[in-house]
Amino acid sequence: MRSNITSFELVAPDSLAQALDLLSQQPSEWRPFAGGTDLMVLLEAGKLKHRRWVSILNLPELKGIEESAQHITLGALTTYTEVLANATLRREFPMLCAAARETGGIATQNRGTLGGNIVNASPAADSPPALLAYDTEVELVSASGTRWLPYHGFHTGYKKMQIRPDELLRAIRLPRDKAGWRHYYRKVGTRKAQAISKVCFAGLLRREGDSVGDVRIALGSVAPIPLRCVRTEAVLRGQRLSTELIRAAQAELAGEIQPIDDMRSSAAYRSRVAQNLLAEFLTLTADRA
Amino acid sequence: MAETDKTEIKFTVNGAAQAVRTHAMTRLLDVLREELRLTGTKEGCGEGECGACSVMLNGALVNSCLIPALQANGAEITTIEGVAAEADLHAVQRAFIEHGGAQCGICTPGMVLAAINLLDDCRRRGVEPGDAEIRNGLAGNLCRCTGYMKIFESVVAACKKR
Repeated sequence: MRSNITSFELVAPDSLAQALDLLSQQPSEWRPFAGGTDLMVLLEAGKLKHRRWVSILNLPELKGIEESAQHITLGALTTYTEVLANATLRREFPMLCAAARETGGIATQNRGTLGGNIVNASPAADSPPALLAYDTEVELVSASGTRWLPYHGFHTGYKKMQIRPDELLRAIRLPRDKAGWRHYYRKVGTRKAQAISKVCFAGLLRREGDSVGDVRIALGSVAPIPLRCVRTEAVLRGQRLSTELIRAAQAELAGEIQPIDDMRSSAAYRSRVAQNLLAEFLTLTADRA
Repeated sequence: MAETDKTEIKFTVNGAAQAVRTHAMTRLLDVLREELRLTGTKEGCGEGECGACSVMLNGALVNSCLIPALQANGAEITTIEGVAAEADLHAVQRAFIEHGGAQCGICTPGMVLAAINLLDDCRRRGVEPGDAEIRNGLAGNLCRCTGYMKIFESVVAACKKR
């Protein structure tokens, strides 16, 4: 335990309004603290520089899952356990559930939140590729109003994103428009649990006869941000599935991702595995009736 | 660097109401061990990877090294000291003894809590845990001594005895 915990402030306001007030009165003076599964790790490593934290964990306005005919909307405090317990998510958004199942272990899944996962903005996060593939939108709220943004484009660079210091992520909305699409999610890591990914792949495909009617591809751990691979999608969209098409898509993917060498893996391995996963995605979703 | 004031945290631990004065960011793990002298909960890694610090918080298995005291205010907590019923050991504890599921014992409290969590969850859903589910239930708990096989056998045995 490498921090002096007496130098940290943590307060727990009773309402969202009070929390937003704190975040807006002194921009960047106070920062939000949810499940703590990322922030406490930094604290214990002596790497948590910021000192004043607002616990948002009990704010009811950030909790709950709502369903309409068009959307399913998750409060930012939705935990991975809550994702797995939701029948609609299991049925219609299996990649998000696969990500939740493979995030840490049960103890992490009980405390970690989707909102925290998004704004912690690790490029290796498990859920963001699934969220990107599912055309997710996010709602940001502040003392001066709310706004919705497409999640694609939310991350603008390593740990940089389109959220102001006075804003909180409030909700995560997924359109229920992928009926009939095939889902493929695969996380490659050192072991099946408690492992940060070397590569993480989320793919969605709508068949039209022998061709790719439409497609979504998103990867983690191959760029400074969770990456939606629009160039690779463009190579595939409308084309007849074939070995040649898979090779062309792999070549495009290799140019679109920007993997690095780090303590978990190498750029070369990540590039090779990402291309392998793309081929497995296209082959599996082509084979299924 | 100014020192912050301590705050009062009130919660229930193993059925008993407790109140401690501590800093808001103090780890729940340290509150349990240092303030309440419940040293059954262990620190293995201090970063939420090993599960040695597992406790039940409001019915959910959590890593107490990752929970600031302020967020435990008002909570109901069960530690390893609370799983036996008076003089009778929990079925999982008996299975660990009968099947040699512990060597040094540091991972054991967390393993026992994870196994109890798994069994209670399966009982709620009316299913019996298979091998894959047991592995998944214990996936957040690391052991450096046993090589896991006797831990696994202990949990399988505990599942069968119900």
